Amino acid sequence: MTAHQSFRKQASHVIAHADPLAVRHGLASLFAQEPLACLSEDMRGTAEIVMAEVLNNIVEHAYAAQSGAIEVCIDLGEHGLECTITDSGAPMPGDDLPKGIPHALDQIDDLPEGGFGWFLIRSLAQDLQYSRFRDQNFLRFRLPAPVLVA
Amino acid sequence: MKVVAQQVGDALVIRVDQDRIDAASAIQFKDQMRQLTQVGMPRVVLDLAQVAFIDSSGLGAIVAAMKGLGPAQKLELSGLTDTVKKVFRLTRMDTVFTIHHDFPVNLAEAG
Repeated sequence: MTAHQSFRKQASHVIAHADPLAVRHGLASLFAQEPLACLSEDMRGTAEIVMAEVLNNIVEHAYAAQSGAIEVCIDLGEHGLECTITDSGAPMPGDDLPKGIPHALDQIDDLPEGGFGWFLIRSLAQDLQYSRFRDQNFLRFRLPAPVLVA
Repeated sequence: MKVVAQQVGDALVIRVDQDRIDAASAIQFKDQMRQLTQVGMPRVVLDLAQVAFIDSSGLGAIVAAMKGLGPAQKLELSGLTDTVKKVFRLTRMDTVFTIHHDFPVNLAEAG
């Protein structure tokens, strides 16, 4: 069995409570399990940036009014890591994903101290899809992962 | 959040002794930076060599720390690990800060 084959059919599943410390612990748990635990440092870094931004946004916005659970499922598929994040918080404004437009950085005094999240997610994640069904938000995307051996 | 400050030559070196600056620790980090940089040293070097990960809240807190400095003070960064570097590069914040790839040599000698 090659190293690549050992990646097959690995999935991780974590449910975190929506607060920043629980998100930190949820991320640690996700990255300690396969398939994320097997990624190269570079892919792991990319995955952690995206996951952290997605989860922090849910805590900050979807669950701004009331807290709840966040469910994270990660499957290693043919085209990378297939990620699905589910929460029961408020819908995305306009039922659409934020554009994540980068800020101008030319004035030091006016430098942004936030709003980087969706820009980072859009820079690193692929095939982002958002849907709302039965009062739940579903966010799906792909992250780069080693190519599977056929 | 453990942050340690030490005066080295003309600089205040602030070392973050924690492996992440994230949404759960950003406010605390910002508060500690505000307190530590009040001494008014012209040069502040933030040593991030122990920090494996920052999220956008952590990045925002570092930006806030820079904006909170006095007009004669400057914030420099050193020891960025790969993922931290990636966050700075993607957001183009690497064009805003002076970033030393390693601990600044002149400070290492002075220390």
